[in-house]
Amino acid sequence: MTQTPITDIDLHAYVDGQVDATRRAEIEAYLAANQAAAATVREYRRLNRRLHEEFDDVLNEPVPHAMIRVSRRQPFDVIRRIAAVLVLVVVGGAGGWVLNDLSAAQGDPVGAAFPERAGIVHAIYSAERRHAVEVASDERPHLVAWLTNRLGTDVKLPDLTEAGFQLVGGRLLPGESKPAAHFLYEDVEGRRVTLYMRHGDTGGRDTRFSFADENGVGVYYWINGQTGYALAASLEREDLLKVAKIVYHQLGG
Amino acid sequence: MQEKDRLIIEQIPRLRRYARALTGNANAAEDLVQDCLERSWNKFHLWQRGSNMRAWMFTIMHNIHVNQVRKAISRPTVVSLAEWTDDRGVKPVQEKRVEVRNVGAALELLPEEQRAVVLLIGLEELSYLEVAKVLDIPIGTVMSRLSRGRERLRQMLSDVGVEPKETVTET
Repeated sequence: MTQTPITDIDLHAYVDGQVDATRRAEIEAYLAANQAAAATVREYRRLNRRLHEEFDDVLNEPVPHAMIRVSRRQPFDVIRRIAAVLVLVVVGGAGGWVLNDLSAAQGDPVGAAFPERAGIVHAIYSAERRHAVEVASDERPHLVAWLTNRLGTDVKLPDLTEAGFQLVGGRLLPGESKPAAHFLYEDVEGRRVTLYMRHGDTGGRDTRFSFADENGVGVYYWINGQTGYALAASLEREDLLKVAKIVYHQLGG
Repeated sequence: MQEKDRLIIEQIPRLRRYARALTGNANAAEDLVQDCLERSWNKFHLWQRGSNMRAWMFTIMHNIHVNQVRKAISRPTVVSLAEWTDDRGVKPVQEKRVEVRNVGAALELLPEEQRAVVLLIGLEELSYLEVAKVLDIPIGTVMSRLSRGRERLRQMLSDVGVEPKETVTET
């Protein structure tokens, strides 16, 4: 039986999980008989671990508003802009000014509506499996005290056990004029829901329990005076509704 | 939020991590991410639906970064290419083992192209084939850069590695 010799390239590919099962078995047999190669593999693995230790914290940092841009949604919006440009061009060649105006109109994330903002938060922070929260659930009292203090209102954490979701943790996020709170819950299948909460910069308009579809992320939300809550997830709408109702009843509408 | 927005936004944390590791500088990294996002939004129509969004955005980021590095090198006031390469570690490592305790510092001493490969594979966990596409190089080149880059990192960090508790000495 012949076998391709094991090279340094194979050791790297083995460490990075880039070999098929047959080759993996061959490499493992080789490593069992070759201590120096086994030590090299351990060092390469350790190197990868150190890269994660050094840089994974970046995943936890709140994303600056300037990086988030959302497209305005309605075709109507585009038509209106084109009309505005035409008018200005006709009136008198103010091209540069028009361009400025357009780029500003394209994406002020701070102006994103409350449910849209919750959808964005879910999209950013629930994709990453490893580092999705700043403060983990085992520091629950600290998390609640810290966010209560920063938001300037009582922050309560809903218990979603009955829907099968457990708290993963939470973080403080920059809101519009005041910070916002973000909590992440997860069920045994790894499905995640985002609870987004704001106090004081909701515009003060009461909003009844409502639904918004943010393209793949569903959002139930309500605003009660100064405090707004939103529950966002990529779940079946009925499943999300079930969780949202629990939150609504526990936190008060 | 449109689907396009969601697909792009989801990648931001990883783009930031890679940019930080690649540039070794928080401000430069944020600028790089910002440029990459702008271009991704503008060129989204060129993204092939169903293909890997992350790899697509890393490609964009890589192209921007390469141009920036090239510009920095061609600026006459900056050191020559030879000096620059030496500065980035070839000589110090050979002449005298530099004590590097921190992976970030060791990465900075790697040649640019090896650093990108080591990070895309070791940190971002892209496949070799994806890295070949992102960097627009043959897969054999990916492997040789990975091999050389990792070996060099290992040498730089191995002085520290023999100490049982090296993390304690870090501040």
